[in-house]
Amino acid sequence: MALSSFRDACPTVKNILLLDSEGKRVAVKYYSDDWPTNNSKLAFEKALFTKTMKTNARTEAEITMFDNYIIVYKFIQDLHFFVTGGDDENELILSAVLQGFFDSVALLLRNNVDKREALENLDLIFLCLDEIVERGMILETDANVIAGKVAVNSMDPAAPLSEQTISQALATAREHLTRTLFQ
Amino acid sequence: MAQPLVKKDDDRDDEAEYSPFMGIEKGAVLQEARVFNDPQLDPRRCSQVITKLLYLLNQGETFTKVEATEVFFAVTKLFQSRDVGLRRMLYLMIKELSPSADEVIIVTSSLMKDMNSKTDMYRANAIRVLCRITDGVLLTQIERYLKQAIVDKNPVVASAALVSGIHLLQTNPEVVKRWSNEVQEAVQSRAALVQFHALALLHQIRQNDRLAVSKLVTSLTRGTVRSPLAQCLLIRYTSQVIRESASNSQGDRPFYDFLEGCLRHKAEMVIFEAARAITELSGVTSRELTPAITVLQLFLSSSKPVLRFAAVRTLNKVAMTHPMAVTNCNIDMESLISDQNRSIATLAITTLLKTGNESSVDRLMKQITNFMSDIADEFKIVVVEAIRSLCLKFPLKYRALMNFLSNILREEGGFEYKKAIVDSIVILIRDIPDAKESGLLHLCEFIEDCEFTYLSTQILHFLGIEGPKTSDPSKYIRYIYNRVHLENATVRAAAVSTLAKFGAMVDSLKPRVFVLLRRCLFDSDDEVRDRATLYLNTLGGDGEVVETDKDVKEFLFGALEIPLVNLETSLRNYVASEEAFDINSVPKEVKSQPLAEKKAPGKKQPTGLGAPPAAPPSTVDAYEKLLSSIPELASLGKPFKSSAPTELTEAETEYAVNVVKHIYDRHVVFQYNCTNTIPEQLLEEVSVVVDSSDAEEFSFVLSKPLRSLPYDSPGQTFVVFEKPEGVPAVGKFSNTLKFIVKEVDPNTGEADEDGVDDEYQLEELEVVSADYMQKVGVSNFRNAWESLDADLERVDEYGLGPRESLAEAVNAVISLLGMQPCEGTEVVASNSRSHTCLLSGVFIGNVRVLARLQFGLTGPKEVAMKLAVKSEDIAVSDAIHEIVASG
Repeated sequence: MALSSFRDACPTVKNILLLDSEGKRVAVKYYSDDWPTNNSKLAFEKALFTKTMKTNARTEAEITMFDNYIIVYKFIQDLHFFVTGGDDENELILSAVLQGFFDSVALLLRNNVDKREALENLDLIFLCLDEIVERGMILETDANVIAGKVAVNSMDPAAPLSEQTISQALATAREHLTRTLFQ
Repeated sequence: MAQPLVKKDDDRDDEAEYSPFMGIEKGAVLQEARVFNDPQLDPRRCSQVITKLLYLLNQGETFTKVEATEVFFAVTKLFQSRDVGLRRMLYLMIKELSPSADEVIIVTSSLMKDMNSKTDMYRANAIRVLCRITDGVLLTQIERYLKQAIVDKNPVVASAALVSGIHLLQTNPEVVKRWSNEVQEAVQSRAALVQFHALALLHQIRQNDRLAVSKLVTSLTRGTVRSPLAQCLLIRYTSQVIRESASNSQGDRPFYDFLEGCLRHKAEMVIFEAARAITELSGVTSRELTPAITVLQLFLSSSKPVLRFAAVRTLNKVAMTHPMAVTNCNIDMESLISDQNRSIATLAITTLLKTGNESSVDRLMKQITNFMSDIADEFKIVVVEAIRSLCLKFPLKYRALMNFLSNILREEGGFEYKKAIVDSIVILIRDIPDAKESGLLHLCEFIEDCEFTYLSTQILHFLGIEGPKTSDPSKYIRYIYNRVHLENATVRAAAVSTLAKFGAMVDSLKPRVFVLLRRCLFDSDDEVRDRATLYLNTLGGDGEVVETDKDVKEFLFGALEIPLVNLETSLRNYVASEEAFDINSVPKEVKSQPLAEKKAPGKKQPTGLGAPPAAPPSTVDAYEKLLSSIPELASLGKPFKSSAPTELTEAETEYAVNVVKHIYDRHVVFQYNCTNTIPEQLLEEVSVVVDSSDAEEFSFVLSKPLRSLPYDSPGQTFVVFEKPEGVPAVGKFSNTLKFIVKEVDPNTGEADEDGVDDEYQLEELEVVSADYMQKVGVSNFRNAWESLDADLERVDEYGLGPRESLAEAVNAVISLLGMQPCEGTEVVASNSRSHTCLLSGVFIGNVRVLARLQFGLTGPKEVAMKLAVKSEDIAVSDAIHEIVASG
């Protein structure tokens, strides 16, 4: 029996999607060549969204099989979070990635999780995705650690004192920034 | 620790569709990106512009090469800023732009500086960015830093280096392999994720070294692995080691205790990974299975859908091979039928269908009927397939199951779903004789109101074959003739053919069929009229009650024994040529199929109404053309079979030679394809001297040398042997290549006048029994099998001895016989303990041969086989057994 017929030696994430209540992209990240073009990505998102939109995935993460992929997902307000893996992937590992993404976004948006907040802090969402998975390989699933890394080194105990003050100053600046930026 | 991360403004816009990116436009944003060039950088504004650029890319916008380069150069200016937040966005932007090699150089020094920064966050990110965009040359420059980073005390830095290493291993394995010591040290890290990443990298570095992987697993399963993710990896590696060492173990399985111990781990993902690994052990015993099934059963009643799904999906797979082991969970499964998540409900149902016993079928069917109305087609198909296999398992229950199928056939549904139902009914009709009449009537009713032309025609064809054999064929006529009135031309034509079959088979119906066929002569469609005319003429007898000719029956019912692809090729040639078309000239050989088709995971598709497998174009034509162009060989007639080329030399030797064996009734022709790979040589008078002392039944006839063999232009030389007519003689032949070498001046390309005799030893070649067998498939094995007399059958049993796996044994027998596997039966389900394989072929002398092979595991790795062979000639049936007995 060929080795290739067994599951990937390492858990792999195929994509992470954050869509709005109409299935439009808020932020997406693909780690696999399964969808080579933007159109194939959009088609996947649309089909997935249509398939899952009527389910209730608000209290517990839900799961479905679709196109030979395993997808775990969770909704809050008008945001739909998805994590996709191969059809042989350990469902619970994917679910841990989803939970990490979901909770760290909630931390970063200070529990005001909806599309508008997400778009206003899109830089944080992008950084968050960047800290969770690197090219399909899981980097971190603990929401506190992820959010800590994204919120600039404010949680890094090793950071020198001068940097701490900078980060505090930055937090103040950021507050000012979000207030004025998008008006 | 938790500081306010980001402050929000509280007064919200009432506008519902408000978006900070509303009306965003690429051109404008690219203009905005000029702020990156300001001498006084405004970090906030720059961050904002980068976010906009990332937003555009994320929405699927693309930058042209020029635009991307411009943005990249502008972005690199931002390294001047000491703003931490901006630096992070800068890293993201560089990764998104994936700069080209000459652009990378611009940022290399900045990134290397960051890589050695005191700030851990800079170091970690710089490593990830640099490794993403780096090439081999750069990598050797930074290798030293990466090795240090792997053992860095900060886990984020270590993980960044390790994950980058995993990706770099694909492109620069030789570099990454030098990091083994550091990686090994990182495996012992106290940080959970570092351990996970280190273990993943270490395994990838050593994955081709079985012994090393085995050592790794042995040492780690004894120690403590902290991270659940790392533990999952370890379980996967352990199963791999178990798989590879399985062949020689008796008694307790190594590492089973470790897997079982993981079932008590505190993390659910580890428990599940271990349970799944145990269920997938090859040849798993029920004692080994029990603890795994127990934890999965607990998951079934979890409040988390993901857990329930994972458990039921695994149990579903177990139920295919060990249905008894899963029956304990049946009560939990039944409650899952009403699960909100329809994927879980479907998996539960299909599992129950596999594990259920005969007495529970009726109750189960009732539950399913309610369930079917509210699931999507794709789930329904899964259920239908499960019901089909249940029915084959409990033939006595066919009535309930057939009723169920006919009920759902009447309901709304798409083509794939209806096709699955029809296929199932057809298979039940074929396999359960009692179900035939009711099944046919269900199909008749279905075509009364069927919107799918394909299904209507397929059913009509099937009716034509099965209907006349029933006790009262006349009752089907009405349904068929109704089609002639009410349907489109394609269905009408199919109905006409079906009517003709009834007329041919049932003599008493002939006059009435004639009346109906005559009416079809006035149809508006050409094809329908032509068919009606054709059948009226072939059936003959002017509608009297007479017996139908054997030829006519053959014409009406005979299967097309030619692969459609071959027919297509021949017809294409015919269109281009002047010669008349002769169906007998079409080659029947099915060329080996590319494996791509088989790649799709999932179960093998049972062939319902399916057509014979299509084959790619063959090389048979090319051989035939070549052979008939040589006078000495053309006189031998047409080859019965041409083998695939066998290499007689190692790769990359001076002369590359392979041989194709052409088998004739009384002769064997070896075609040696030679290639001269030395530019400075010209070979002349090339021939192969064949020693046939180990092949007694063969006698040398002639050898046809190759006049000249220049560099890199392949040529052929032939050797002909005679053998007793019709006898599948076998033997070994040793070969020596003989030729005259002439030096060639590389400048002028001219060869020397004088040459030197030389020879070159080639590998042996062998004529085996499989060479006398053509791979010719049949469209319906069962029908073909039954059409041959029972007294032409020879059955015997063989012990095949220890084998690596069942699949390996099956493949060995298939290639020994050289026959065409039918109906996808060459694929052996993993973990199965028995397998039936159907083979078909044509033996030398144009004798059709069918074989039914039943394999079973009789002990650890011991395979036994029961072989039943039928052929048109009993002597051939015996010959097949001899081949197996001596093989």
